[in-house]
Amino acid sequence: MPDLLIELFSEEIPARMQVRAADDLKKRVTDGLVEAGLTYAHAQSMSTPRRLTLAIEGLLAHSPTVREERKGPKVGAPDKAIEGFLRGAGLTRDQLEERDTPKGAVYFAVIEKAGRPATDIISEVLETTIRNFPWPKSMRWGAGNLRWVRPLHSILCLLSDEAGQTVIPMDVDGITSTDTTEGHRFMGTGRFAVTGFEDYAAKLKRDHVILDPIERADMIWADAQNLAFAQGLELVEDRGLLAEVAGLVEWPVALMGDIAEDFLNLPPEVLQTSMKEHQKFFSVKNPKTGRIEKFITVANRETADNGVTILAGNQKVLFARLSDAKFFWENDIRVAETGGQAWLDSLNNVTFHNKLGSQGERIDRIVALARDLSAITGSDADLCEKAARWAKSDLSSEMVYEFPELQGLMGRYYAAPAGFPAEVADAAQDHYSPLGPSDDVPTAPVSVAVALADKLDTLTGFWAIDEKPTGSKDPFALRRAALGVIRLVLENNLRMPLDRQFDAQLLRHEAAQNGNDSVSTALLQDLENEIADHGVFGAAIRTVLDAFDGDLPEHMEELKNRLPDTSRDLLSFFHDRLKVFLRDQGVRHDVIDACIAMDGSDDLTLLVKRARALQEFMSSEDGENLLQGFKRANNILAQAEEQDGVEYSFGADPKYAENDAERALFAVIEAQAPVIEAAVEVEDFGAAMAGMAEMRAPVDAFFEAVQVNTDNQVVRRNRLNLLSAIRKICAGVADFTLIEG
Amino acid sequence: MPKSDSKPSSFQEIILRLQAYWAEKGCAIMQPYDMEVGAGTFHPATTLRSLGSRPWAAAYVQPSRRPTDGRYGENPNRLQHYYQYQVLIKPSPPNLQNLYLGSLAAIGIDMDLHDIRFVEDDWESPTLGAWGLGWEVWCDGMEVSQFTYFQQVGGHDCHPVSGELTYGLERLAMYVLGVDHVMDMPYNSPDAPIALKYGDVFKQTEEEYARWNFDVANTEVLLRHFVEAEAECEAILAQVHDDPKTGKRIIMAHPAYDQCIKASHIFNLLDARGVISVTERQAYIGRVRALAKQCADAFVLTEAGGYAA
Repeated sequence: MPDLLIELFSEEIPARMQVRAADDLKKRVTDGLVEAGLTYAHAQSMSTPRRLTLAIEGLLAHSPTVREERKGPKVGAPDKAIEGFLRGAGLTRDQLEERDTPKGAVYFAVIEKAGRPATDIISEVLETTIRNFPWPKSMRWGAGNLRWVRPLHSILCLLSDEAGQTVIPMDVDGITSTDTTEGHRFMGTGRFAVTGFEDYAAKLKRDHVILDPIERADMIWADAQNLAFAQGLELVEDRGLLAEVAGLVEWPVALMGDIAEDFLNLPPEVLQTSMKEHQKFFSVKNPKTGRIEKFITVANRETADNGVTILAGNQKVLFARLSDAKFFWENDIRVAETGGQAWLDSLNNVTFHNKLGSQGERIDRIVALARDLSAITGSDADLCEKAARWAKSDLSSEMVYEFPELQGLMGRYYAAPAGFPAEVADAAQDHYSPLGPSDDVPTAPVSVAVALADKLDTLTGFWAIDEKPTGSKDPFALRRAALGVIRLVLENNLRMPLDRQFDAQLLRHEAAQNGNDSVSTALLQDLENEIADHGVFGAAIRTVLDAFDGDLPEHMEELKNRLPDTSRDLLSFFHDRLKVFLRDQGVRHDVIDACIAMDGSDDLTLLVKRARALQEFMSSEDGENLLQGFKRANNILAQAEEQDGVEYSFGADPKYAENDAERALFAVIEAQAPVIEAAVEVEDFGAAMAGMAEMRAPVDAFFEAVQVNTDNQVVRRNRLNLLSAIRKICAGVADFTLIEG
Repeated sequence: MPKSDSKPSSFQEIILRLQAYWAEKGCAIMQPYDMEVGAGTFHPATTLRSLGSRPWAAAYVQPSRRPTDGRYGENPNRLQHYYQYQVLIKPSPPNLQNLYLGSLAAIGIDMDLHDIRFVEDDWESPTLGAWGLGWEVWCDGMEVSQFTYFQQVGGHDCHPVSGELTYGLERLAMYVLGVDHVMDMPYNSPDAPIALKYGDVFKQTEEEYARWNFDVANTEVLLRHFVEAEAECEAILAQVHDDPKTGKRIIMAHPAYDQCIKASHIFNLLDARGVISVTERQAYIGRVRALAKQCADAFVLTEAGGYAA
């Protein structure tokens, strides 16, 4: 069976696109071939800066002939019907077969699709692939209309088997296929012909091209490590950079150079970022000093002077770059030493979002919320205010302007010169955390307060302007922010009613957007104060409106209805995120729902404590059985209540008990109800579940021995009231009606 | 690969060699445009001539002004006034990369010793409503040129596509000549009877302009000039195509475009004076882009823009 070799040779493909493009080439070509009936044994794609290559082994030389039978109209059917059938089948009437069926003679069409040679199929599939290639960005060049990522120069398309090889003829907008390619731009020997994949790869290597990006990355990594190791130094790992650099070279040569003494005292992150972003250098650390002291650059060629010229040039460029970084650093330190007010002032002119005002306004809101949260996180309110105000100031610094990814970190470095204590420095860096699900969560109380305030302000803000995530669209990373809040609360074991924070911050957004008349401003301020006393919006607005004399501004009326809805909607978004978070930790969604339905579900720590205990209980035999008992009790009660039109809720008396099982249930309820209630009261859900477990056997025994709906109405009512005690106990722990099973 | 020539000895020799090289490759050697611009791209030989169907090949030096980059001549690499070398060929020839590498060899860069790389860098000019795909070209890790295939200019699709090369002359020359501070670079031959360094020519002007750009330029006058240039551009383009005096069809795309250039430079000056807020910035850029677009619309109706009556 033949093998196929395809190479699309172009001007330099952006490094970040190469790997994906090689995958797309493989997928599109092989899918197209298979769809046309050409199966294959193995396919492999590779890329270098100038080429995408696909090698397919064991391809069918012909697609198989396919026979299809179609049943048509009856013999003698109207001509119109028969003609229609013939058109669909692409046959003439004399080609139809008449066959006898139980329903009489019927026309059959037998359509035979002849197999086609691989050559024809490949050229079609490849041309379609080239013309519809999913580049993230593509372009035209010269006077043509073909689109490719950069000008496409040649197409190698070669089918080979034991007998020899043939170029599959193609012409894509004037580029005709051949069996030739080129090696390295500078170290190669010009165009050459190949006979198949092995010959191709070997000749490329001869002409200084390593075809496989993984092989190039491995070479770079090994060479760089050896260079560092030989001098007792350590290479700083950076997989992303390694992959990128492997996409910038066809013939990697690692070279190590020095960082001038002047720059060694810059923060290591600054050195690393500057070298990586601008120059694609790896950082080399001295384990003795902990400093980054050297760099490794990867050239695309060997030279007669062993890279001396190349290294000297790179070193010179680095010197200029780091001079800039040092200039930024020194200027920033000067601003920081004056307290950094200039940065904060300039943030008033930076838009955060056109509906949510400037960064300066945002900082004011975060400060207010961070103060509110100081007590909850166990930190000093004034310190939280300072930290919250400082946290975003580095966004105005020259260093962060140049390297946005250093935000937060620079705030940490600049905090001390600005006269702030370590807590403020930590908060500047840590308040962005956690970013990802596996990121560390800050634990320092001030950092936690600022981190929460930052995220909650973002979430309430986007909720206030109705820019919520939908489907896969979450441009402001609000899901991540909510998960961040969840983890901050849970991992720090914080007790905070989210409702109250939502309401307070939504009001602050409201004040910023609509508080443009003095009455509204005053009312919104009153409301905020009332929320501090009452906890939530509903109670606060009643108090404020009761005290208000006169006509309410229109938007205050509207706010009365809108704000609670927004707040509730945001809480349910949090509950959804929490479900995803806990599901990953093995807590069932119905168990969480059963806990969310309880009061205080905006206190995430309480909610999760309850959910974990319940999850554990529901995984035990006692739990499973008790759930059945509960459901049975609940069903019986629901039916009886519907039938009798009353609610059975209290008054069960052991004196009407008729047998031991009934008496035993009375006894256990009397014993466990206060235990469970007390345990729930102190949030010892483990103890509450243990109390519930005690009830399981008596409940089972009761249903075994007792018929609830007896003819004796007194006894029946007594039993129903007894069941309601079970229902009540369970309802105090979680909403068991929501648990499946 | 082209064999490299001997090392040049001065800034002007590098310019002269580029001129000779591109002349030899068939480009019309243009002179700098006689107006203040931020980059060689603004020269009508690039902006306007990249539009329409007529073939074009031009190369030229363009003095460029970036008021915010002024450092009073003290920074080793930053200047508010510097030179770009610009090449524009339409349609882009298939061997443009090799032609470009040949130009590096012509100014004495030895391809056997240096590491030349084409690193993704897509170009976009929000003020010109233009974009293209291409690279920044690295020589031993230093960006020495921008290489762009124009896809759109002034809101018009480029067809055919122009290939554009832009060399930052000071930086490139400093590298080739092995100079660390731009002001120390030989401007003419170090062996000339009166040898001049770049600093002898430009140190004082960098100081003067930096002071004016940052602190003295009259912002009220500039703001007024901006509005006037904008109005004039639109007024020019609003004229009827047929000139009542000569009876000829004369669309004044170039005079209008001059006003667009003027507005763009005034905007840069205002920016350096720090009187344009972040939100206003976008609005100003949008206004210049609107002018550029109208000029492009007008140019494609002219003969040079490919219009056939």
